[in-house]
Amino acid sequence: MALNVLEHVLVPKHEILSEEEKKRLLETLNISEKQLPKILLNDPVVKALGAKEGDVIKITRKSPTAGKSFYYRLVVKS
Amino acid sequence: MELPESIKKEVEAVCREMKLTESQKKKVYERVKEVYRKSMFEPGEAIGVVAAQSISEPATQMTMRTYHAAGAAQIQVTLGLPRLMEIFDARRTPSTPTMTIYLKKEYNNPEGAKKIVSLIRETRIEDLTSEVQVDVLNGKIEIILDPEKLSEAGLTSKDLAKILKEGKLSVRASEKKLSVSVETDELSELQRVKTKVLSTVVRGIKGVKQAVVSKKDGEWVINTLGSNLSKVMEIEGVDPTRTVSNDIHEVAKVLGIEAARSLIVQEASKTLEEQGLDVDIRHLLLVADTMTVDGVVKPIGRYGVAGAKGSVLARANFEETIKHLTQAAVSGEVDRLESIVENVMINQVVPIGTGMFELIFKPPRGKK
Repeated sequence: MALNVLEHVLVPKHEILSEEEKKRLLETLNISEKQLPKILLNDPVVKALGAKEGDVIKITRKSPTAGKSFYYRLVVKS
Repeated sequence: MELPESIKKEVEAVCREMKLTESQKKKVYERVKEVYRKSMFEPGEAIGVVAAQSISEPATQMTMRTYHAAGAAQIQVTLGLPRLMEIFDARRTPSTPTMTIYLKKEYNNPEGAKKIVSLIRETRIEDLTSEVQVDVLNGKIEIILDPEKLSEAGLTSKDLAKILKEGKLSVRASEKKLSVSVETDELSELQRVKTKVLSTVVRGIKGVKQAVVSKKDGEWVINTLGSNLSKVMEIEGVDPTRTVSNDIHEVAKVLGIEAARSLIVQEASKTLEEQGLDVDIRHLLLVADTMTVDGVVKPIGRYGVAGAKGSVLARANFEETIKHLTQAAVSGEVDRLESIVENVMINQVVPIGTGMFELIFKPPRGKK
């Protein structure tokens, strides 16, 4: 397709967290990775990033109330 | 604790305006942090219920007003309560799928927009004909073409014949006429072929029934009725990074779950705003987040969020009571009474607010 999905206006910034960042995140939130929101392995954005199953994706959203907000999703098989 | 960006910006702006010194600024930050912390929801607050009420109450107002706003838009779009229900129920296909297409710089003029409209608007053979004759005796369908419309679409009768031949029909084309011969003497078969020929799409994108060009903020924008995002994005001259559809499932498929979430928020707040209702966007953010936690768009309701509740009693309380109770009885399901509704049902303390916490008392050892 002519479009890189990551550049679309509706798509916020997605980044893959490194193992270390992932560990730190789960520690600060005091949860296991299964408690994170999910994103499917066949999601167009996941494909574009080349993320693997079990990766955590950090999403930087533009929030109308907070300016910028962070969200995390775990890549899972559909 | 970290302050959100927008508050930080505001504080910075105020500090600059008041010309505060560094130490004063520090004090301001401390005070702002304290106020911010106090204004946050406390653990155990039932934000879901608050969101539900905050959206439903104005929505009841909307029922009474909805149909009065009709006729204002160029393309008839579903508005008001029906649209709001469509969004939260995550319907497979919205009743009026529309796209808003933005154009690249080179095409950002009336001529360019018109050219793209002709590429995306679905053109069928029946749109180009002036008359159709069915010759029952010889098994022939004669289609007399309108030369004006034909040249407008930039097609010739030969092009049409070529497309029809791909559909395994024997076609003879002259300049203004197409004749399709069918080897049958049954009238019904002839009629069937006729409708098939006339509804053949010769130009444009399937599903796009209407396309209207309009000027928005000094830019030429195409609004369509009917949606087919992935096809439109491939067209030369369309700006794919800004082109959007209002079909949540389609957006989720083409652009991913996060885009679908943004679209749910955008569409819901737009619908409410159009009706002159003021719902705090945070309620909509919560609903959109709940609908997309699992990576797929789930409707609010018995097949989605409410149907996925862990507790049998909570599900039975919502809809289809008997179905849930019998199923739970057959499979030996256990209800751990961890959520709200089931505790209301058995008259226990609800795990909301202070009820969420339990006391553990460790008596001091050794001393008397």
